[in-house]
Amino acid sequence: MNIHEYQGKEILRKYGVSVPNGRVAFSPEDAVKVAKELGSNVTVVKAQIHAGGRGKAGGVKIAKNLEEVRAYAKELLGKILVTHQTGPEGKEVKRLYIEEGSDIEKEYYLSFVLDRATSRVTLMGSEEGGMDIEEVAEKNPEKIFKEVIDPITGLLPFQARRMAFNMNIPPKLVNKAAKLMLGLYEAFVDKDASILEINPLVVTGNGEVMALDAKFNFDSNALYRHKDIVELRDFDEEDPKEIEASKYDLSYISLDGNIGCMVNGAGLAMATMDTISYYGGQPANFLDVGGGATTEKVTEAFKIILSDPNVKGIFVNIFGGIMKCDVIAEGVITAAKQIGLEVPLVVRLEGTNVERGKELLNASGLNIVAADSMADGAEKIVKLVG
Amino acid sequence: MSVYINADTKVIVQGITGETALFHTKQMLEYGTKIVAGVTPGKGGQVIEGVPVFNTVQDAVNETGANVSVIYVPAPFAADAIMEAVDAELDLTICITEHIPVLDMVKVKRYMEGKKTRLVGPNCPGVISADECKIGIMPGYIHKKGHIGVVSRSGTLTYEAVHQLTQAGIGQTTAVGIGGDPVNGTNFIDVLEEFNKDPETYAVVMIGEIGGTAEEEAAEWIKANMTKPVVGFIGGQTAPPGKRMGHAGAIISGGKGTAKEKIKAMNEAGIEVAPTPSVIGETLIKVIKEKGLYEKCKTH
Repeated sequence: MNIHEYQGKEILRKYGVSVPNGRVAFSPEDAVKVAKELGSNVTVVKAQIHAGGRGKAGGVKIAKNLEEVRAYAKELLGKILVTHQTGPEGKEVKRLYIEEGSDIEKEYYLSFVLDRATSRVTLMGSEEGGMDIEEVAEKNPEKIFKEVIDPITGLLPFQARRMAFNMNIPPKLVNKAAKLMLGLYEAFVDKDASILEINPLVVTGNGEVMALDAKFNFDSNALYRHKDIVELRDFDEEDPKEIEASKYDLSYISLDGNIGCMVNGAGLAMATMDTISYYGGQPANFLDVGGGATTEKVTEAFKIILSDPNVKGIFVNIFGGIMKCDVIAEGVITAAKQIGLEVPLVVRLEGTNVERGKELLNASGLNIVAADSMADGAEKIVKLVG
Repeated sequence: MSVYINADTKVIVQGITGETALFHTKQMLEYGTKIVAGVTPGKGGQVIEGVPVFNTVQDAVNETGANVSVIYVPAPFAADAIMEAVDAELDLTICITEHIPVLDMVKVKRYMEGKKTRLVGPNCPGVISADECKIGIMPGYIHKKGHIGVVSRSGTLTYEAVHQLTQAGIGQTTAVGIGGDPVNGTNFIDVLEEFNKDPETYAVVMIGEIGGTAEEEAAEWIKANMTKPVVGFIGGQTAPPGKRMGHAGAIISGGKGTAKEKIKAMNEAGIEVAPTPSVIGETLIKVIKEKGLYEKCKTH
């Protein structure tokens, strides 16, 4: 789960991490009011969307007076920002972060991520701040430093200092930078983050070390123990079908094609998309109904697929282990009857209780095309959709 | 022969009183798996499906001599259950549970350092040695005893591959689901090493998916060490970047972890990669025919 920059900075403040003063605003009037309260010479007006690359896309403006704050706020609110992370359709700006300007001397990069190879949280830092870290990794890999963190001790002060020295933070500010890193790690672990990226971290003219941006991503598997984080979820930033799916613990991702897919198991769901493409079709979604799905869950899954107007046909591909084929069959029948199925439906069932599942489908009186294998099913639905 | 588990394996079901665990306990018993104990804290003394229930894993081990456990405990308590199995010095614990917070698993991996227990999973279908022992949630009937080892990050794709092999009359030694999480106990290389050593395994099917670099590392290992043919498949060739495809570990981030890169690494290591999951079986058969192993692998 992602949150906005202003929410991320709010969390960081609680962990003693220095961030510039600022507040969220939902209208130009709000923005001016916040800027007045901040009382700084320069005010930054920042578009809040869940995507990086906002600066380059014109989503960050520097205002020298309150009139400029109002003008920029007007310009940004409601604007569709297209960054390299939003896709070509972009994202509408509905919130602004109004922040006091900082006297930046130098920009750095810091992040905490999970390193899969070591199964440890790793601190990464570089003196090449403000740009894409992937770009730095490609062009100047020697400028990226790493500290692997033992979960028992946590990030140790000497590791944080070593990182600060490696990043060429001015020696007199190394202790401040180290303290900030320790605060970031504490926030990362306390809140079950999966990514915490500070880009840029800045050293200011008056000798401060500050997080000028904060990108948090949280482990969705751990949200059950973080009600405070769940409350920060911004539904405007998500696909409505994905929101609906998440209510029923369904793993759904919208895609551009016209063949709806309902599959059990993430691997099989991906492979089903691959197979549809192989036969020349285009999947409309990724959908894993998961393990212990109930008839109700399957019904909802079916409704979500059909709520996508692009869907011209559906392929149900089930290989039951935990998932029982008769449960899938019942869900498909219930949903098809409730909604009134108008598009072709191809069903391939295999695994636990497969015979019972097939019997139910045959007895349902619905117009269902049976498939013997994944390839057979994919080929059939691609042909039916045309 | 088989790897990790066989007809002598004595199994504890952790979380046996849960609905899913009970369903699969019955299925495992029907398959012939020696389930000697269940564990649910506070329910010690009960008997379920003829299996005695204990309060702790240690009690279950002391009373029954079990050497392997399977975990169906809900995600918030699963990390603790794994560590309890490790503390009881089992040879192997197989964690089926999905949605375990990743930082819990980071702790588990740290706790396991220097300990004897192997962990398979979490978020996996389990391990099955055909006709000997089934531990997990896979449908037993699709498996057939034979000479192919199967290792996979995805449960249902493992079933798919095994089903194709069995239908073609090609049996398996052991199928190991290593799970779809970014932090897991057993990786491809661990299982490949076992298959390489196992005299009954003649060839291996390896099924990977997008995210991370485990397939690339395995390909390198295969190139340097594997004496048996390996065929593969990578799921997620059409997955968009930046989206987590169901499995916590299945995500292309920062342009890394794509199916293309993995397939390239595998091809360079001499691994034939099936273009679609429907032809994993065919691809294996083609390769074992080329290597003159087909007749030895055919189980009729």
